[in-house]
Amino acid sequence: MTTKSRTRPWLFHGGMSLLALLWLVPLLLVLVTSLRTFDDLADRGLASLPKALTFGPYREALGLGEWRSIINSLIIAVPVVIVSLVLASMAAYALARHRIPFRRTLLLLMLAGNLLPAQLLLIPVLKLTEQFGLFDSLLGMIVVQTAVGLGFYVFVLHGFMRGIPDEVTQAARIDGASTFGVYLRIVLPLTKPAMAALGSLAFTWTFNDLLWSITLLRSEEKLPVTPAILGMQGDEFVSSWNVIAAATVVAAIPTVIVFLRFQRYFISGLLIGSAK
Amino acid sequence: MAAVPQAVTRGSRVAGASPKGILRGSRDTVILLAFVLVPFTLEMFWTFWPALNSVYISLTRWDGISPPQFIGLDNYARMWSDDTFRLALRNTVIWLVLFGGLSVLGGLGLALLLDKPRRGIGIYRAIFFLPVVFSLVVTALVWRMIYQPDGVINSILSAVGLEDQAKIWLGDPDTALYAQILPALWRQIGYIMVLFLAGLKTVDPLLHEAAKMDGASAFERFRYITLPQLRPVSTVVLAVTVIDALRSFDIVWSLTQGGPYHSSELLSTYQFATGVQGSQLGYGSALAVLIFVLTVGTIVVYLARSLREEETA
Repeated sequence: MTTKSRTRPWLFHGGMSLLALLWLVPLLLVLVTSLRTFDDLADRGLASLPKALTFGPYREALGLGEWRSIINSLIIAVPVVIVSLVLASMAAYALARHRIPFRRTLLLLMLAGNLLPAQLLLIPVLKLTEQFGLFDSLLGMIVVQTAVGLGFYVFVLHGFMRGIPDEVTQAARIDGASTFGVYLRIVLPLTKPAMAALGSLAFTWTFNDLLWSITLLRSEEKLPVTPAILGMQGDEFVSSWNVIAAATVVAAIPTVIVFLRFQRYFISGLLIGSAK
Repeated sequence: MAAVPQAVTRGSRVAGASPKGILRGSRDTVILLAFVLVPFTLEMFWTFWPALNSVYISLTRWDGISPPQFIGLDNYARMWSDDTFRLALRNTVIWLVLFGGLSVLGGLGLALLLDKPRRGIGIYRAIFFLPVVFSLVVTALVWRMIYQPDGVINSILSAVGLEDQAKIWLGDPDTALYAQILPALWRQIGYIMVLFLAGLKTVDPLLHEAAKMDGASAFERFRYITLPQLRPVSTVVLAVTVIDALRSFDIVWSLTQGGPYHSSELLSTYQFATGVQGSQLGYGSALAVLIFVLTVGTIVVYLARSLREEETA
């Protein structure tokens, strides 16, 4: 195998760079389109080479309210990440480090709840949010997205916390730490890598959500950015592709930042994620 | 609740027998109970409770305003005479086979090519993985531009003299469904690749060396060494693929909303259109229950089969 691959590095890199380029073409196309003027696109079509580049489409997209929708996305995603991690780490700590009766059943029930397809929940959850006055509110989005995601985070953190040696927590106990103290000062700091992985995943999933937003929100000014950019193309005032492309690029930036910043954790998160 | 006594035993044992310790023990119990029950109740309330409600609603006729009316299994019976449902079911099966099958093959292929350490391999992996971080809406808008009548695909076709093959890809009932599998794959393959790369890490390189000495070809080594060792990760990949394929919604909703003329309708988009956007909450819930049963059923069938294979192997 090694001799073979040494004799053919050209073939490997040639083929791979071609494939990689093919993978990137859609992205480059959007980037270029987002920097073109309306007249340029109208004259020469989407598939042509640009005459000149401009940041105008970005100004236009942000001016059309994309700022507000990005802020909505953050108002939803940031609390969802924080509350999910706090609640999930509490449950995982109790289930993993204490002999609570039925702890296995409780854990599996929570995981199963997370695996139910969203379609099965949409209609009743919509009705529940109406009853609680949470329909068409960002708070409702936060509550629902936190609740339906919890099981998975508990499951992963539970596996992680079980791996912490008993001696560590016992020692703290003998030093007089309470249950809460052990959780806060011993277990949580040791769980940081898993929390970072889950946090970056949770942010991406929440930020990228479409289904819950279009089910639970009605007012345009409350829409997060993912459904908002979808609405743009139906809008006759913004039917111009350069503005839609710019809006698309802007909508992708937050998750790309999280990915680059937490790359190491992100991939390990997906791997433990596959365990569900 | 039954949770109390055992938790106390442990708490008080560790804390010692001082009166203060007993007091603290009961406080610990309260804390532990809260730690479990607050997240548990919150999740159950927004998952299992709605899911059970969906099963009940699926047995009713309900417009969402007047009280629901119990009609037994009528909603399920209605599916078989509903042409749009049959189309959506057929499309969902096509989607499961093509999107699922090709993403597994593509992901496995890339993982095999990018498994061995080589210069530049990290960059290739990162590039193929990049689309995974985008939302499917972003993915859809990117590909919508490519599929436009004056977009890249049609331009390439006319550049190589195939003008007559140029189409409005997303507006043509013959191509709308298949045109959407490509963007879905573009995003899914990198994810499956990462899963397989993790699985390949567990394959012992010594086995390959030994087999090579015995004169096994590259294909034989793949077939008899790599594939069997990938079995655990394959089960995970299959479950992920089936779940992702059957709940695929975002990409189709963003590109065609199941149109034109339901030609790209999936069960998930039909469910949303009838039950959430429309006012047939009973029928929509029945469709949701069906999606759930299909997902669980497919995975169980696969698990049963692979268990049987393991026994005979």
